[in-house]
Amino acid sequence: MSFSLSSTPIEVDFLRQGMISQKCGGYVAFEGWVRNYNDGKAVLQLEYEAYAELAILEGHRIINEALDQFPVKDVRSIHRVGLLGLKEVAVWVGVSAIHREEAFGACRYVIDEIKSRVPIWKKEFFADGSTAWTQCQNCAGDIANK
Amino acid sequence: MSPSETLVRQVRIRYFAILREHANISCEKRETTSTTIEELYGEIKEDKGFDLEKEFIRVACNGDFVDLDYSLADGDEIVFIPPVAGG
Repeated sequence: MSFSLSSTPIEVDFLRQGMISQKCGGYVAFEGWVRNYNDGKAVLQLEYEAYAELAILEGHRIINEALDQFPVKDVRSIHRVGLLGLKEVAVWVGVSAIHREEAFGACRYVIDEIKSRVPIWKKEFFADGSTAWTQCQNCAGDIANK
Repeated sequence: MSPSETLVRQVRIRYFAILREHANISCEKRETTSTTIEELYGEIKEDKGFDLEKEFIRVACNGDFVDLDYSLADGDEIVFIPPVAGG
């Protein structure tokens, strides 16, 4: 499946193996990781929640758009749901192509569109005991938990 | 139906993320006289005390995105989508 959700750790090496093709000159991947701070606050863990049916539908649309817009051979992505600890892979995008330029372009397109369009939400758990639902960078309004 | 009669529709609403936490439920069945999703969100925003304005949400009906002016039908499953933050 070209886009999927996973409640278990993303096995990047396994996914890379599935992309290898003698018809391709290269492979570009993006991994989003859980980092230990945001907005100057220490982060302990994250929780991703998805509206799964529509997330998968929209994820497939994005991948099909990338395949239409860039001359690449294969595009796949997996996004985690549930609780994630620091350094875990939250999202993976892999693109194989004959040439690198198109692979970089398609990979960038897919991760940017996933972040802005796919109904997945991130809750941060901070070291000070507070929590907050992360806002997308293009949205105004304070939706942090009080 | 006479002009004075108001049509009541039964819809199912699912809540995710910050809206789920504010509503304290993940889904509910609701009878509404709202004719569009925009009206329904206004009704629910007031009922649940949501502070997220309609300009910042997207909406889905029966599993796919629709516009706020979508006309509600009996049996629709509605999801109000707060700003997403995957990745």
